[in-house]
Amino acid sequence: MRRITFQEALNEALMQEMERDSNVFVYGLDVTDHKRIFGSTKGLVERFGSERCFITPLSEDAMTGMGLGAAVNGLRPVHIHQRVDFLVLAMNQLLNMVSNYRYLSGGKVKVPMVIRAVVGRGWGQSAQHSKSLHSIFAHIPGLKVVLPTTPRDAKGLLISSIRDDNPVIFIEHRWLYFTSGEVPREPKPTPLEQGNILNTGEDITVVATSWMNVEALKAAEVLEKHGVSVEVVDPRTIAPLNDDLIIRSVKKTGHCIVADNDWVHCGFSGEIAARVAEKCFNELKSPVKRIGFAHAPCPTTRPLENKFYPNAIDIIRAVEEKLKLEPIDLSNEEFYSWENRFRGPF
Amino acid sequence: MKNSFFGVTKMDRTRLNIELYKKEYLIRKSEETIRKYYMDDEMKTPVHLSVGEEAIVSGVIQAMGKRDQVFGTYRNHGIYLAKTGETDKFFAELYGKKDGMGKGKAGSMHMFLPEENFMGSSAIVATVIPVAVGAAFANKYKKNKNLVFVFFGDGALEEGVFWESLNFACLKKLPIVFICEDNGLAIHAHIKDRQAFKSITDIVSKFGCNVFKSESTDAEVIYNLTVEAVKKQRRVNKPSFLHLKYYRYLEHVGVNQDFQYGYRSEEEFKKWFKVDPLKIQRRKLLKLGLIEKEIKELEKAIDEQVEKSVEFAKKSPFPGEEELLSDVYA
Repeated sequence: MRRITFQEALNEALMQEMERDSNVFVYGLDVTDHKRIFGSTKGLVERFGSERCFITPLSEDAMTGMGLGAAVNGLRPVHIHQRVDFLVLAMNQLLNMVSNYRYLSGGKVKVPMVIRAVVGRGWGQSAQHSKSLHSIFAHIPGLKVVLPTTPRDAKGLLISSIRDDNPVIFIEHRWLYFTSGEVPREPKPTPLEQGNILNTGEDITVVATSWMNVEALKAAEVLEKHGVSVEVVDPRTIAPLNDDLIIRSVKKTGHCIVADNDWVHCGFSGEIAARVAEKCFNELKSPVKRIGFAHAPCPTTRPLENKFYPNAIDIIRAVEEKLKLEPIDLSNEEFYSWENRFRGPF
Repeated sequence: MKNSFFGVTKMDRTRLNIELYKKEYLIRKSEETIRKYYMDDEMKTPVHLSVGEEAIVSGVIQAMGKRDQVFGTYRNHGIYLAKTGETDKFFAELYGKKDGMGKGKAGSMHMFLPEENFMGSSAIVATVIPVAVGAAFANKYKKNKNLVFVFFGDGALEEGVFWESLNFACLKKLPIVFICEDNGLAIHAHIKDRQAFKSITDIVSKFGCNVFKSESTDAEVIYNLTVEAVKKQRRVNKPSFLHLKYYRYLEHVGVNQDFQYGYRSEEEFKKWFKVDPLKIQRRKLLKLGLIEKEIKELEKAIDEQVEKSVEFAKKSPFPGEEELLSDVYA
């Protein structure tokens, strides 16, 4: 199968869905400028015109409500934010309107809208351009929250999100844009509310979200050389959460680490820990371990930023602790830094 | 209904004014009925009654086309009743019953009825405005010629999202009519303590919006103004902004008068009550040649409709427990 990048996969999903359904339109700040949301909206305005792909005023709150009204009237809006942090300006619409509109209508209206939001990281993104916030969105009934990791899922999950009749917050990690993988050419939806096993293993389960799956896979690769078999489970849709794969995996391995691309306190990792405790209590051989951002705003300077984010080494050390292994000598391992991709402002 | 611009006959005018009176009377009667039963504590939902604003909602909604859509606030009873004319679902919702338009989940503050093109209402000031703008965007996108009418109060003018929404609607020349129902109060706060600007219509006109204003409590005047706005809107392809003043007769939320608390005077109420929308409209019907008996008959029909709906609502069952988790997602 041909290989394309995560960014190309997103672009292809939009192109194909807009082709398929004239009710789909794409809007947001900078969706038609020369950078095209890191390439993901490339070619859309040329192909579908400025009525179906357009930039907006800097009015996140109103533009979110606008999407809701358009969705209620039968369109399928895709609203894009270059940073999830900007979505905070639209929290009123998301929490007070979008999430409960259908419920309060007695089930009469549908709200088929997608909000794509990019998570920034590195090169000094600092406190206001680096958050993920998926735990906050997942807390709200009525919203679906999707975090693709692989290029195949970027395409398949975006297609499913656009076709879904509910509001979907679709969170894309900026670093994943560079990754490449096999992606079918045809528009093949990946079902929402289904997890995915990215690496099969027997000794320990790592549940990871978004970029943390890349770190978890690296950790699994290193540990495999030392005879430890790690199962990496990507829930993909965190709200509503189908935990079948996670529970099955932990029942098999007896150990669970959650590596979440978010803060730990009151976060998604806590939800997984609770579910595992509730459903796998008898199978658990050790307490669930949570790994996430340091409990601080994201700092700008590189040395502190590096400490803020968890990585593959943290996962490896957590696995050793759980399985009571001697620390592995990692001096010969190469842990890539995707920081090197950045030259100048993102 | 023909509009008033093409030599309206007396017959047409009479029919129009009967329609307007029926709307106003239905609103007043329904609200008075809520006041009558509210202290029984069976309608467990905060109500923001439409008493005093009948001319505005009746006049504007009378001017709407059949396929036009409307959005409102938590003070939405008037819109609901004028737009739908029905009271069974209305009262059932207030009583929290299964037969309510929101199966009891919406209550007073969130009631709307998409099948009658009442598309949404919200209990947080100004939050429904961008949604209405989005509906107008969709109508333009689908080239269906339908207009969207969105009601909000003077308090909404202080919310950022109002300006964001107005800006976008004017930028994109969307088919939307903004209706500001200005009662000079945000809960108990007077407009003079809240707004630095003197004339909202001056500001809004700078966005390239057609502006109209009125302090009339005559539903026919409001109707004609709305018809004029819509005609101009269709001609010049720009959104409209109607600034309409009225007096809120009752407390912000609840069923009582609240003059004793001193934040406003009963004198002011008395001044406005002299031009009470229903009084004006009823007097007009007599002038147009209706006899007292005819008016009483149409009032009686509405009285009976409302009382029957209250009975229906009381008898309707509460929603089953399964409803708690239904319709969270489609």
